[in-house]
Amino acid sequence: MDNILSIVTFIPAIAAGILALFLHGDDVAAQRNAKWIALLATTVTFLVSIGIYTSFDPSNTGFQMVEEGQWLMGLKYKMGVDGISVLFVLLTTFIMPLTILASWNVTDRVKEYMVAFLLLETLMLGVFMALDLVLFYLFFEAGLIPMFLIIGIWGGKERIYASFKFFLYTFLGSVLMLVAMVTMYADAGTTDIPALMTHQFSSEGFSVLGVYVVGGLQTLMFLAFFASFAVKMPMWPVHTWLPDAHVQAPTAGSVVLAAILLKMGGYGFLRFSLPMFPVGSAVMTDVVLWMSAIAVVYTSLVALVQEDMKKLIAYSSVAHMGFVTMGIFAATQQGVDGAIFQMLSHGFISAALFLCVGVIYDRMHTRDIEAYGGLVIRMPAYALVFMLFTMANVGLPGTSGFVGEFLTLMGTFQKNTWVTAVAATGVIFSAGYALWLYRRVVFGDLIKESLKSMTDMSTRERLIFAPLIVMTILLGVYPSLVTDVIGNSTAALISNYDTALAAAEAATQTAASH
Amino acid sequence: METTILFAPLVGALLCGFGWKFIGEKAAMWTATGLLFLACLLSWIVFFTFDGHTQQIEIMRWIESGSLSTSWAIRLDRLTAIMLIVVTTVSSLVHLYSFGYMDHDPQWREGESYKPRFFAYLSFFTFAMLMLVTADNLVQMFFGWEGVGVASYLLIGFYYRKPSANAAAMKAFIVNRVGDFGFALGIFALFFLTDSINFSDIFASAPTLADTQLHFLWGEWSAIEVICVLLFIGAMGKSAQLILHTWLPDAMEGPTPVSALIHAATMVTAGVFLVCRMSPLMEFAPGATGFITFLGASTAFFAATVGLVQTDIKRVIAYSTCSQLGYMFVAAGVGMYSAAMFHLLTHAFFKALLFLGAGSVINAMHHEQEMTEYGGLRKKIPYTFAAMMIGTLAITGVGIPLTTFGFAGFLSKDAIIESAFAGGTGYAFWMLVIAAAFTSFYSWRLIFLTFYGEERGDKHTHEHAHESPMTMLIPLGVLSLGAVFSGMIWYGNFFGHADKVGKFYGIPVAEASEHAEAGDHGNADAGHGEDVAHADTSHGDEAVADDDHGEEMAEGDHHYVFAGEPGEGAIYIAPDNHVLDDAHAAPKWVKVSPFVAMLLGFIVAYWFYIVNTSLPARLAANQRPLYLFLLNKWYFDEIYDAIFVKPTLALGRFLWKRGDGNTIDGFLNGVAMGVVPFFTRLAGKAQTGYIFTYAFWMVLGIAALVTWMSIGGGAH
Repeated sequence: MDNILSIVTFIPAIAAGILALFLHGDDVAAQRNAKWIALLATTVTFLVSIGIYTSFDPSNTGFQMVEEGQWLMGLKYKMGVDGISVLFVLLTTFIMPLTILASWNVTDRVKEYMVAFLLLETLMLGVFMALDLVLFYLFFEAGLIPMFLIIGIWGGKERIYASFKFFLYTFLGSVLMLVAMVTMYADAGTTDIPALMTHQFSSEGFSVLGVYVVGGLQTLMFLAFFASFAVKMPMWPVHTWLPDAHVQAPTAGSVVLAAILLKMGGYGFLRFSLPMFPVGSAVMTDVVLWMSAIAVVYTSLVALVQEDMKKLIAYSSVAHMGFVTMGIFAATQQGVDGAIFQMLSHGFISAALFLCVGVIYDRMHTRDIEAYGGLVIRMPAYALVFMLFTMANVGLPGTSGFVGEFLTLMGTFQKNTWVTAVAATGVIFSAGYALWLYRRVVFGDLIKESLKSMTDMSTRERLIFAPLIVMTILLGVYPSLVTDVIGNSTAALISNYDTALAAAEAATQTAASH
Repeated sequence: METTILFAPLVGALLCGFGWKFIGEKAAMWTATGLLFLACLLSWIVFFTFDGHTQQIEIMRWIESGSLSTSWAIRLDRLTAIMLIVVTTVSSLVHLYSFGYMDHDPQWREGESYKPRFFAYLSFFTFAMLMLVTADNLVQMFFGWEGVGVASYLLIGFYYRKPSANAAAMKAFIVNRVGDFGFALGIFALFFLTDSINFSDIFASAPTLADTQLHFLWGEWSAIEVICVLLFIGAMGKSAQLILHTWLPDAMEGPTPVSALIHAATMVTAGVFLVCRMSPLMEFAPGATGFITFLGASTAFFAATVGLVQTDIKRVIAYSTCSQLGYMFVAAGVGMYSAAMFHLLTHAFFKALLFLGAGSVINAMHHEQEMTEYGGLRKKIPYTFAAMMIGTLAITGVGIPLTTFGFAGFLSKDAIIESAFAGGTGYAFWMLVIAAAFTSFYSWRLIFLTFYGEERGDKHTHEHAHESPMTMLIPLGVLSLGAVFSGMIWYGNFFGHADKVGKFYGIPVAEASEHAEAGDHGNADAGHGEDVAHADTSHGDEAVADDDHGEEMAEGDHHYVFAGEPGEGAIYIAPDNHVLDDAHAAPKWVKVSPFVAMLLGFIVAYWFYIVNTSLPARLAANQRPLYLFLLNKWYFDEIYDAIFVKPTLALGRFLWKRGDGNTIDGFLNGVAMGVVPFFTRLAGKAQTGYIFTYAFWMVLGIAALVTWMSIGGGAH
């Protein structure tokens, strides 16, 4: 299979097309068909994507399984994966069948719902595989639309506000990125990502409107990309769209948003910012590190006082993404390994936590923490699953949550002890908000009348959680599954980054000595 | 064999926790218990057959990233072997005890199945604790460290209907996390400087670290001091030392077997174990160890004062634990790691005994825990009384002064007090002696209030007071043996002469004379210690001179000192560390002082609670502020609530409403989001969904186009 990447990417889209064109009616049978087709398509996508994993060669730090072809108007279609992207592809294909399964009780416009999710999967996969700037941009931006629709159509009461907020934030962030991409093309004469990674953008400082820009073009380009990725991530202080989006999105929407969409920001930093603008990154490192540390503490504190389950978990997501940006910009092996690990692990854990909320939301139709209490008495299996993921969320060793946090902090310590110490307080706060949530929802006596008829998780719900439980523990106990795959690529990334910085340093010194 | 010890409890936990529905409650509980007894048996075999040479057994790869390489592995040395027997012995006895104690727990309703869950948690705890003590690197230790934290959290909150239990569980976890924060930073610093987190590598680089400067936060510091202090912050959390101690008394919300296992004998001693494990680093960090000594002594004193006035039987013992842990830290702080481990071992026996005895009393009294409701119970529950008596004799340190004949606590506690005199400050020594008097007072007070005097409280309860079943009495019996004999049996190994201690821990020893010539330490100091050690009477008279060595050698009395490199033995004792010798050479009044303190405490307690029983109440009334100060535990909880908990929540609320709400959203709304209302209005008009339908088909169109073009053009 020479074009396995394209096959994986477009299976969901084709399934979406089939659904859209050939499935008629909105009766129960049609709804059931739509669900089954979506489940089948996402499952097949996952199974095929395992082929990507098995044929991937971790010792090769370049792009693999590359496909290249001409496209319309002289643009290029180029796909490929390397150690940094390959696991995000698998994360996406892994999560999607679960989200479909989690949507089994949707009754409103089921066909359109499934089409939106299938399209979203294609677009997300495209983001992680695209090796051409224009193609990347297309996937990156187009992915907004299905998510916008998912929140806007199938969301909660305030869905219109939330969907527009989501769309505008992320879209406006991307406008600057587009400008930077045009500049890149003008400067390098190509839109080929591997070529751009070896291209040296000027880092000579210059003045804009009387302000001297250290790192020159690179810094400006870095900032332009940063605007887009930071919103996507989301980083403090542009995170406020996320809690609203999560709260209003349907459960499956939240799962995809937290598990995969957020990772595009981190992926973007690793694919573009560090390798293409090393000097710009270095100039901004301290700022980004501090933003990350503040994000961890700030959003953890805010999470402590939330009254809405989803909002709490959303804020906790922002905090966890703070560790990711911190690790990436520490630009050490442990930092970057940890960041990638943290993104993958957060994919499983946050997905599971949102699903946990979904389980009781489906029964009670409220996300108010106040409305619950004592669930353990009626729902022991649920209590166990929720406990496991609560502990994973606070980074308990033995779960995947620990490895990411630990490595990013360890990586950052080598660069900046203050940032590490501030961010490490996050481990205290996370224990606070996560256990406090758990206590109010699950522990205590079951007094509320409305809860007395709650039923424990159904077989379908258990099936959704089972793979997530396996992954969370497996990666916690044997993280080499991930680090073996990404290790060489991150090592290459770091060494290129350091070399580029050293070269720029040398160049500045030569310039200064003249 | 070591692997079996390690994983038997995990298997037990899983089988019991998940399998009880299939094999039945009783079978599940017996499976877990049986596997623990197996682990216990194997541990004793390991302990007795261990030859002193450190072994490493690798199990599986773990976190690997660049130069960081960790595996799941077992490090077997004397420290591990000691901890293995402590953990598995107490744990298996507590499992057995729980059959009786947890039967018909009134906290649960008819038909609720709680016992398998309890046993599964206990076994899981044991597994995590074993991971902690067998770790070969800091990260695996951290795994065990947090694992026992979770088990503790689950067990403290075992009665999940009770709000107080839930609150205590959270408090325990979060306060421990504060300590873990320091521990983690310490690990990062070590990795940063030594490029490894495996014990062998770290220990080997200890001398280098001692000369290294580390830029940490706002300044340049001696690397090793920073690392040791950070690691000790972790130990403070887990071992409930002052500042981070507040969780331990509250942890008594858990069932009593849990208090015995986790909050007395094993988990809380993890901090002491950590400091001893890190002895190769600690020996190079005089500042950090000074701090450890100071804090340990302060905790020993503080907790003992609070223990004086508590009336809940479990809380008294909890404060006693806190105080005894302080003793252990003093020993470790002054460089007598073996004495710290000695007290850890004996304390595990007698404190578990006291807790399980208290549990037996509570069981007899229908789950009443207030000692004010007890009285005159010695006839009703004679076996429990005997066990508690032995525990009290052990903890107060009863024995014959100036000999090595006495209860376990007599030998280990006196060893610590002598070490504190020899190696520490006057502060540490006096704090410990005063604490010893207080210990004796509150321990005897407990005995007198519970077992002597008139019956107080509910008559009905007293009438139905009954002795506990055999499953509970057998563990009491076994632990009593430990509380009586463990001190005398192992005194030589832990606190005997250097050659014996060295052999036990696998530390190379050298003959003193050779060493004195080769060594660079002050001869005067060494000579002084040695000559007194061998002839007490000569103390102070004979001039301190090199000749002494020769003289003593001639008499055939060989004298040894510790040698070897950091990491060679299970603990490292630097060549210039003479605390062991100096402690042996301590003046007589020092050696007798804990005994005198113990007697004083006993006499006052006897006077207060047997002879003149109205005195305590009058004293409390006369000295009301002091009494309230102690009763309220020096107001630590109130102060923390005011300066940490409330402001944190207020800050969270402020950041949420003002930061996120007004500032960020407000700003961005003003600049860029002004368009939202416009769109919302537009969308509001289109409630039928036209807009979304259009958008939907538009996307579909784009996607189809992209698909078609890429498949058409891209696949070739």
